Amino acid sequence: MDLLTKEYKGVNYISGPLIFVEGGKRFSYNAMVEVLLPNGEVRTGQVLEVSSEYACIEVLEQTTGLEVVQTTVRLKEEVARLPVSRDMVGRVFNGRGEPIDGLPEVISEKRMEITGTPINPVSRAKPNEFIQTGISAIDGNNTLVRGQKLPIFSGAGLPANELASQILRQSTVLGEETQFVVVFAAMGITQREASFFLRSFEDSGATGKAVCFLNLADDPTIERLLTPRFALTVAEYLAFERDYHVLVILTDMTNYCEALREISTAREEIPGRRGYPGYMYSDLASLYERAGRIKGKKGSITQIPILTMPDDDITHPIADLTGYITEGQIVLSRHLHHASVYPPIDVLLCLSRLMNNGIGAGKTRKDHRQVVDQLYACYAHGRDLRRLIAIVGGEALSELDKKYLRFAEAFENGFIGQGDTNRTIEDTLNLAWRLLKMFPGSELHRINREVITEYFEEILEEAPSPYYKPEETMP
Amino acid sequence: MIRGKIIKISGPAVIAGGMTGAKMNDIVRVGNLGLIGEIIRLDRDTAFIQVYEDTSGLFVGEPVESTDEPLIVELGPGLLGGIFDGIQRPLDEIEKQSGFWMARGLIVNRLDREKTWHFSPRVKKGDTVQEGDTLGEVKETGVFLHKIMVPPGISGVVKEVKKGEFKVEDTVVSLEGGRQLSMIQKWPVRRPRPFRKKTPPEEPFITGQRVFDLLFPITLGGNAIVPGGFGTGKTVVEQTLAKYSNADILVYVGCGERGNEITDVLTEFPHLEDPKTGGPLMSRTILVVNTSNMPIAAREASIYTGITLAEYYRDMGFNVALMADSTSRWAEALREISSRLEEMPGEEGFPTYLATRLASFYERSGRVECLGGPGRLGSVTIVGAVSPPGGDFSEPVTQHSMRVSGAFWALDAHLAYRRHFPAINWHKSYTLYYQPMKDWYLKNVSPQWDNLRTQMLQIQQKDAELQEVVQLVGPDALQDAERLILESARMLRDGFLQQHAFSPVDASCSLNKQYKMLTAFILFYEKCKKEIEAGTPVTTLLRLPVREEISRLKEIPEERFDEHYARLEEGIKEVFENLHKPELTGVNDGSADKGI
Repeated sequence: MDLLTKEYKGVNYISGPLIFVEGGKRFSYNAMVEVLLPNGEVRTGQVLEVSSEYACIEVLEQTTGLEVVQTTVRLKEEVARLPVSRDMVGRVFNGRGEPIDGLPEVISEKRMEITGTPINPVSRAKPNEFIQTGISAIDGNNTLVRGQKLPIFSGAGLPANELASQILRQSTVLGEETQFVVVFAAMGITQREASFFLRSFEDSGATGKAVCFLNLADDPTIERLLTPRFALTVAEYLAFERDYHVLVILTDMTNYCEALREISTAREEIPGRRGYPGYMYSDLASLYERAGRIKGKKGSITQIPILTMPDDDITHPIADLTGYITEGQIVLSRHLHHASVYPPIDVLLCLSRLMNNGIGAGKTRKDHRQVVDQLYACYAHGRDLRRLIAIVGGEALSELDKKYLRFAEAFENGFIGQGDTNRTIEDTLNLAWRLLKMFPGSELHRINREVITEYFEEILEEAPSPYYKPEETMP
Repeated sequence: MIRGKIIKISGPAVIAGGMTGAKMNDIVRVGNLGLIGEIIRLDRDTAFIQVYEDTSGLFVGEPVESTDEPLIVELGPGLLGGIFDGIQRPLDEIEKQSGFWMARGLIVNRLDREKTWHFSPRVKKGDTVQEGDTLGEVKETGVFLHKIMVPPGISGVVKEVKKGEFKVEDTVVSLEGGRQLSMIQKWPVRRPRPFRKKTPPEEPFITGQRVFDLLFPITLGGNAIVPGGFGTGKTVVEQTLAKYSNADILVYVGCGERGNEITDVLTEFPHLEDPKTGGPLMSRTILVVNTSNMPIAAREASIYTGITLAEYYRDMGFNVALMADSTSRWAEALREISSRLEEMPGEEGFPTYLATRLASFYERSGRVECLGGPGRLGSVTIVGAVSPPGGDFSEPVTQHSMRVSGAFWALDAHLAYRRHFPAINWHKSYTLYYQPMKDWYLKNVSPQWDNLRTQMLQIQQKDAELQEVVQLVGPDALQDAERLILESARMLRDGFLQQHAFSPVDASCSLNKQYKMLTAFILFYEKCKKEIEAGTPVTTLLRLPVREEISRLKEIPEERFDEHYARLEEGIKEVFENLHKPELTGVNDGSADKGI
């Protein structure tokens, strides 16, 4: 669908990734354009601002080699669209949506706008189907449900990718055979990380069920602004028109936000915190909100964005704004990682806002909520005491407090640090009870009397010991 | 008709030329799609417009048409139970027209034009009516009587009154001189609706949440802000207040927040039984929703739409609660529009008029004598969530809101990490409303209320001081009396302040139960204190089974609470009387002896 009618020769001004051309009347706001170099090379751009005098265009590839007189800009499409098709499943594309797996172009069934349209809030269905990831710290403490957006907050060198791929491999919805289709968007990650993911799709048999968009570290920065939008457009198509359950992995959102900052500074906008633009919240929301379920539709979109917190700082704008939009977060801890606990999930900082929808009698187990609240309360107290004994020594503690310390230890090593194993939700909850058995019933304020009497004695006999070491620790 | 042309497009900001005659804040239709926008600056014939819908695909040169009317809401029967976007378009109507994706440029009626309502007149021919007078009543939802009032600025003598089934636009009352009144009123959202006068705070806004009702109460017509970092439970607080407060009408403004949260409200509220009417909670709720991915300019408007709807029901004499989640997202919308207009930024890029806008929003709360007769009092209570970046309360939105709000309910990440909810930090939070309302509590709950509250605050204060000592020298360096304070504060935290929003028994707690629970805690503390003075070691006291009984009081349902409490109180007294006869230290109701 080439609209070759609107073409303009000559550029007024080039700065960083931006070019300004005269005659903004030819271009619509947010239009996709082609920038033609004298040597015949074609680059892609998007219109950021138009007025009767000029149009401001961001060039996805670099502006290197562009010059003022000979460059031609022509309108490609009034809004950015992506051809979508069921055949995209199993294919690999670059960050601009062009196939890079050596196979021919996808024959499209439809062209969809990549900016997406907001889902009418009244049309949304409540996400309430429990996804068993096999990871106790997630299933037990921060349950993931279908249609949720649950990011992983990582730090440089922490095993976020391993965790994501383990989730991918192990995720099931109890009582269902259907597997997820994976839509994977890589933004500025290294070749090494990309191959890790591609290999892990292969190992888990997900290759034939994955759509990959790869913008690697050496690919154009500005392209990263479009990559996740391509991925989510395909995801929406597959979920809401083709009835698939789609799991979207976006990595690394930190690179995305940096590209956003680059464009913002090039436009000389007033910077917000740490130089990121003031509209970053709305911009991120326009990605993250493209998850969920819709009434009357079989499919769903579950999102797992991954981001690297600069200097492990959870108050950094990228992590902070993400946390305000997503429905919880899984936070990795350097401390646990150093202590060889895998997955190194700091459950105190984690949260799943949709957890209550997916747990309880009929979904997981009746005692789930209360047991988890109790685990949190005990572990938090244990961690406080750890800080205390660092100053005043262990002798000052009462017998009960020493139990809390032992509990925190066992919880980290046995419950969180499960290694590369796959636990059912029953195993996870039984293990939790086994740990809580260290305490007298009167300490368990977060659990009702009835639940305590029902579960405290009976089910624990056959549960695995909380002290076992993980069979395999990830490198 | 004023008709101009687009000369510049930058995100939600569009500039149009040839707009001579257009008025500030008029609504315009932009482009061939007819997107809805509002004029926010005029420069000769050039109009700066904030567009309430996505502007992608617009071309320079497309037409802009003024509707010659400011941003208004339509007020009348049919609002309750409704769910609207930021500019009061019903979302279910939008769904009917465009499916589950929000299409652009749709024209939908804000109130249903076809539905009929039964109008029962309260005036007769020849009556003189003033602005605000009740013309008649309509049963809106369940038992709810919607008052059809004379719109502000209108008065006259009734010429004709109708009775029966009418659509909202049908004339129900005609005045001498030809004025026709229907059941619908229009009102510009940015202008507060008039009232006779504001009245001082007297009655509490009862929330059913112990930490608020006891420690940091607000009044009907008051306002509070709830600031907190992500995951500290702002939304749960807002929704819990919506569910259990003593307001008659709820207006819930979801402003730049998550779509799935609105789904929660929408699936839950229609099934929640309203303790007041017995009908579903949804039938006295209005939702104004502009999720974070919906257009940013409409987010700016949503707060005003919400407050105007609230004021309309206030004018009928109801107590209305407005929950705004989150005001920070609204402030960010202001910031974005302001920066697109290239205004000089203030702190953190926010426009310099942020403080004024926030103040004028919170000032629209209050308890008022309404216009017209019969004389009535109505109120609007505002609870605004604030989402400070990085949980840092020194940022502009929190600081400006603090200056105008009467209560500050600070959420604390550290409490949230240990799943202590509501995660209200009792040292940082405050309220300015307790003193003016003190007498109400003494009269309506118990003469001991103030006394108990003070004791609780003192225990918490001493606990905070002692915690610092413990951090330095360890807990075993403390005297028994001090250990008792630490343990009592802990009991209060776990057994009293903590309240699970989703517990079937404890999600809401009556003032009576709150008062008696606290009485038990304080009674236990006082008894222990006496024993310690008499030389009993604190360890013996802390091992008493009755202590767990007190901590678990919140698990006792309201209907058998009084009876249970009476027994427990006897039990506590008995335990201490028999303290030095070891075989008798259990409570006699038997429930403590299960060996756990």
